[in-house]
Amino acid sequence: MNSVDGEVGDFSVSLTRKPRYVNEDLCTGCTTCVEYCPVEYPDQFNQEISDNKAVHIYFAQAIPLIAYIDESCLYLKEKKCRICENVCKADAIDLRQKPEKMEIKVGAIVLAAGYDTYDPSLKQEYGYGRLENVVTSMDFERLLCATGPYEGEILRASDRKHPHKIAWIQCVGSRRVTPGDNSYCSAVCCSYTQKQVILAKDHDPDARCTVFHNDIRAYGKDFERYYQRTQELSDVRFIRSYTTVAREDPQTKNVFVRYSTPDEGVKEEEFDMVVLSVGLNPPADYQGLADKFGIELTEHGFCLASPTNPIGTTRPGVYVCGAFQGPMDIPESVFTASGAGTQCGELLDYRRGGLTRERVYPAEKDVSQEKPKIGVFVCHCGSNIGRVVDVPNTVDYALSLPNVVYAQEQLFSCATNSAKQITDTIKEKGLNRVVVAACSPRTLEPLFRDTLREAGLNQYYYDMANIREHCSWCHSKEKEESTRKAQDIIRMSVARAGHLKPLQEMDLPVNKAALVVGGGIAGMTSALSMANQGHEVHLVEKENDLGGMARRLHYTLDGLDVQQYLDGLMRRVYRHPSIHVYTNAEVTEATGYVGNFVTKLTSDRGPSEIRHGATVIAVGVDVYTPTEYLYGQDDRVLTHLELEERISSGDEAVTGAQTLVMIQCVGCRNTDRNYCSRVCCSESIKNALKLKEINPEMDVYILFRDIRTYGMLEDYYREASAKDVKFIRYEPENPPQVEATEEEGRPVLQVSLMDYVLGMELAIGADIVTLAAAVIPREDNKDISQLFKVSLGPDDFFKEAHVKLRPVDFATDGVYLCGTAHYPKHIPEAINQAYGAAGRALTLLSNDIVTVSGSVCEVDEARCMGCGACGQACSYGAIEFRKTKQGKKAVVNPVLCKGDGLCNAKCPTGAIYLKHFTDEELLSQIDAMSATA
Amino acid sequence: MCSGRVDLEFVLRALANGMDGVFIGGCRLGECNYVTHGNYHALNMALLCKKIMAHIGLNPDRLRIEFMSAGEGNLFTEVVDDFTKQVRGLGPLGKGEGEDLEPEVLQERLREVTKLVPYIKLMMNPKLSQRLSPAEREDFYTTEEIDALFSEVASYFIDPEKCQACQICLRRCPVEAIIGAKNQIHVIDQDKCIKCGTCFEACPPRFGAVTKITGGPVPPPIPEDERALARKGKGAEA
Repeated sequence: MNSVDGEVGDFSVSLTRKPRYVNEDLCTGCTTCVEYCPVEYPDQFNQEISDNKAVHIYFAQAIPLIAYIDESCLYLKEKKCRICENVCKADAIDLRQKPEKMEIKVGAIVLAAGYDTYDPSLKQEYGYGRLENVVTSMDFERLLCATGPYEGEILRASDRKHPHKIAWIQCVGSRRVTPGDNSYCSAVCCSYTQKQVILAKDHDPDARCTVFHNDIRAYGKDFERYYQRTQELSDVRFIRSYTTVAREDPQTKNVFVRYSTPDEGVKEEEFDMVVLSVGLNPPADYQGLADKFGIELTEHGFCLASPTNPIGTTRPGVYVCGAFQGPMDIPESVFTASGAGTQCGELLDYRRGGLTRERVYPAEKDVSQEKPKIGVFVCHCGSNIGRVVDVPNTVDYALSLPNVVYAQEQLFSCATNSAKQITDTIKEKGLNRVVVAACSPRTLEPLFRDTLREAGLNQYYYDMANIREHCSWCHSKEKEESTRKAQDIIRMSVARAGHLKPLQEMDLPVNKAALVVGGGIAGMTSALSMANQGHEVHLVEKENDLGGMARRLHYTLDGLDVQQYLDGLMRRVYRHPSIHVYTNAEVTEATGYVGNFVTKLTSDRGPSEIRHGATVIAVGVDVYTPTEYLYGQDDRVLTHLELEERISSGDEAVTGAQTLVMIQCVGCRNTDRNYCSRVCCSESIKNALKLKEINPEMDVYILFRDIRTYGMLEDYYREASAKDVKFIRYEPENPPQVEATEEEGRPVLQVSLMDYVLGMELAIGADIVTLAAAVIPREDNKDISQLFKVSLGPDDFFKEAHVKLRPVDFATDGVYLCGTAHYPKHIPEAINQAYGAAGRALTLLSNDIVTVSGSVCEVDEARCMGCGACGQACSYGAIEFRKTKQGKKAVVNPVLCKGDGLCNAKCPTGAIYLKHFTDEELLSQIDAMSATA
Repeated sequence: MCSGRVDLEFVLRALANGMDGVFIGGCRLGECNYVTHGNYHALNMALLCKKIMAHIGLNPDRLRIEFMSAGEGNLFTEVVDDFTKQVRGLGPLGKGEGEDLEPEVLQERLREVTKLVPYIKLMMNPKLSQRLSPAEREDFYTTEEIDALFSEVASYFIDPEKCQACQICLRRCPVEAIIGAKNQIHVIDQDKCIKCGTCFEACPPRFGAVTKITGGPVPPPIPEDERALARKGKGAEA
C-alpha cells in the first residue's frame, strides 16, 4: 500500500503488488515445484523452527492454495537453477514477473491489519534466543500443530527429545510499565495457554505442566469452565507468582525458573522446556499504516476509535476490525469483521450489486429415464497423481466398468481448458453422469458441478473420486498398490454415480424486513444499521421504553456519558422512517424459516403480525439479586449498579463515606453460576476512580478473586492502584464476612477477611459495602429460545452457531445474536457485535432469493410408521409429524434441513432418506469396494 | 453427510461382503462445527454394533471408530496402521474367530441380523442418541441386553379366524408385508416383515386379529385358496 487519496465514498488507493513469480491463473497448487526446489530456507510460517523451500505454498490452508517464490530463490539471487520452471507441467512459473503498480478506486476501506507478537528476545530476563529450550507461545503453537515443524511432535531444539516437564510463563511483555513492555493486558494469553496445556497433555498424557501466572483472566464465554478443565488435568499446576528464567543446565540444557511461594519463599525449579506466553503488540508498522491511511492511533499504537463505534476510525470511510482495534479473541474479531461489512454497506448501499453479473446456464435436460452413461476423467494433477498411479491403465480400467461409456486422462482436470473439455465431452458423447478422479471435493467439487450445468446436466449427476489425498499422496512409494487403490476408488464412485438422482436446489424469496427483539444499545444499533441500508426494521421491546440495561449506567471508564449517548441513539431510532418500535411488547408466536418468518406479538400498538426475512435476538440480561453479605437486610449494602446510581445522583451517604468496600464475584464463579460476569472488575474500578475523584480522602477497598481488567482496561486498574484504591485478594473457600457493628461509637459494616499477602486477618470498618452482583441471563430466555427455535448454552445465555467461527449466527438460519444476550460484555463490545449481527443479517436481506441445497432429507410417506426416531435425531427442528388417515407421518421442511442424515440412520423402515447420500447410493459403494476386479 | 449417517446396515453389509475390518472416522467429539454432534450418534451405533458382532460370534475388534480432525493426518496414519495390524492379527473374517465359524453359518447369521436392523433400531432408539462420556461407553450396551434383544424377537401373525379383511393393517404396514385385499383374509409375509408392530397397533380391538408371538414358531399362513372371507357365520360352509 503506497498511498490513499480522495475521500469517503471515492478513495483512490495506490498499491504495489509484489511478484509471486508464479502465474496465479495457471498454478494448480500441485507442489511438484516445491519438491524439486534445491533451496532450503527457514520456514517463516513455522516460526523458522524448520525449513521450507524457496518456492512453496505459505501454509496448508492458504487462499489461494498456490505457490510463490521467496527471496531465497537461487535464480532471483544469482540467475541460476530454474529447476521449478522445468518441472512445472502447468507452465505456471514466471521468473520475469516485476513489481506491479496499481490504482484501485474504492468507496470505503477496512483495516484488518491484525497484531504482532511481543518479542521476548528484547529482554534478557527470559533467555529467549539464548537458551535453546525457551520458546514463545507462537513457537509452541507451531510445535503442537500437525503441519508444524515436526509434524505435530513437540520436540526440544537442543536434543530433539520430547519435553515432559513444561512451564508456561504468563504476561510476557504485558501488564508492565517497564520500557519496551506493554502496560495493557493482552487479553488472550490466559486462555491460549490453557489450550496449549490441554493439547500438550493430549500429545503426552504424562506431561507435567506448570503455569506461572498473575491473575487468571477467564472472562470470556465458557472460559471459566475451560480453566477448570485445565486445572483438573493430572500433573497440571497453576502457580501465582512473578517469575524469571534463571539459567540453563549446560549439560541437559534444561531451564531453571525462579519463582516465589507463600510458604517456602523464592524457589528454583528445573524444566525441560519453558514457554513464554507472549503478549500482543500493534501491527509492526502501525505508525506507517496510520500515516498512509490518515488515521489516528492510541498511545499504545492501536487504532483510535470512539467508544460508541469501535469500528470507525478518525477518518470517515476508513473502518477497522480485528485486533488492530486492540487485543481481542477470535469471536470479537469476527463480530468486528461483520460489523465493518455493515458499516461499508451503510455507506455504499446505493451502489450495492452494481458490479455483479449473473451467470446464465443452458436449460437442464431430463435424462432421468435414460440408462446411465457415465464418463470418467482421470487427472494426472501434473505429476502428483501421474507419477504414482498408472493413469493410462486406470483409464482403461474405468472403461471396463459397468455403465461407463467414456473415459480419458487429463493433465489438470481443474484447468480452464480441461473443464471446458469435460463440458464439451458431455454434449458430444451424450454422457448423463460424470466422475472426475482427481483431488479432494473440498475445493473443486463446485467447479466440476459447474461443468455439468454448462452442459445442461443436473449438477448432482456428478461424483468425485479422490485419488490424490486418499491415494497417491499417502502411498507415493507403492505404485502398483496405489494404482489398484485408485481403481477401487473409481469403481466405488462409478457404482454410486449409477444411482445418482437429479436434485433441484430450491430458491426461496427473501422478505426484506428484519425483526429485532430487544431495544437496548445492541438492538437499537443493529436496527439502525439495517434500516440505514434500506430495510424495514421492526424493533420489539418488552419495557415501556427503549434503552435496556444502559438506562442504569451513567459513565464509563473511557469517559462516555452513557445517558447522553443513549438519548441520542433512541432519538435516531424513533425518528428513523424505516424503524417501527413496539413497546410493552410480547412475542406470542414465531413461525417460518430463513427469509420468510412470521412473528405475532402484542404491544402498545395492539396485536401485530410481522413478516420478516431475518431476526436479531438482542434481549439483554438481568442482574443478580444478592442474598449474601447482608444485602436486603442492611441498606448500606448496595449492588454496583445501585452504587453507580447513587454516585450520579450525588448521594452524600455514598460520596461522603469514610470507607467503602467493594466485594467482587457475588453470585457467579460458583456452583450456581459457573461463569465470570466479565464486566464487574472494570465496573468496580470505574466506580472506585469516580469516588476517588469526588472524595480523594475516601478509603476504597476492592476485595477480589482475580482482577480481570483485560485489554486496555488494565491501565485503569493501574490508575486505581496509584490512587490508593486497595486491592485485597480472597479465596472462594474463605470469603469475606460482613457484620453490622460499631467501631468507636461509629456504626459500621465490619468486613473481615484473610489477607494472603500480609498473611493475617483483616477487619475493615466500612460505611458502605457494594457487591459486584453477577450479570445473569434473563428468566424468559427459555421462552424466547423456544419461540425462535434457537438454543441456550449451559448457563442459559443464548448459544451461537459456533463459539469462534460464527459468534453472531444461530444454528437456525436467518436468526442472529448480539449484545449481552450472548454473554455479558461492555458497551463497545455490544456495539461491535450489534454491527456484526446487522452485517450477517444483511448478507441474507440484500439477496432476493436464498438457495437451499438439493441434498436434504425427504420422507416416503407410505414407509413411515410415525415412530418419531427421526424427529429426535434432528437438531434443526426440520421434521414435523402430521396426522394422516394412515397414522402419524414425518414431513421434512427442506429449508430447515442441513443434510446431516442422522435421521436416515435412525429410521427403522428407510422411510426418511438423505438425498444424494441414500442407502442405495452408499450401499452400492460398499458393494463395489468389496467386488475386487 | 455426517459420521452419524453411517448406518448399522452399512457395517453389516461390509462384513457380509467379506471385509475383515471396518473403520469409521468422525470429527473430534465435542468439537462439532454445527449443533448436531452427530459423531456421538456414530459412536453409539458402533458400540451397539460391536456387541451385535460379539453376539453372532465375530470379534468386535474388527470394528473401530476413531475421532480426529482433518488437520491430523499423522494421527490418521497411526490409527489406520494400528487397525490394519490388529485386523491382520485377527485373521480373515470368520476363520480367525477361534471357534470354527463356518462361512455359511456366518453369512446366515449376518443375513438374519441385517434383516433385524429395523427391529434393532426401533428397540434401541432411546439409547442410540445419547451423548456418552468416556466412562459411560464401556458397558453402555450389555451382553445380556443384546442376548435378550435377539431372544425376545417377536413375530406377528394374523389369526385367519379373526381377520375381517378390513385392510387397515395392510394400508398401514410400512414395508408392504401384508398380503390381502377386500374380502381376502390378510397374511403377513414373514420375510418382508420388519417386526415394527404397526399392524398389531392398527388392528381394531374389536377384531384383535393380529397376535404377537415371542419365542415360539409362527403358524404357517392360511393357503391362498382358503382366504376368501366368509361373512355370514361359520355354519354356512360345507
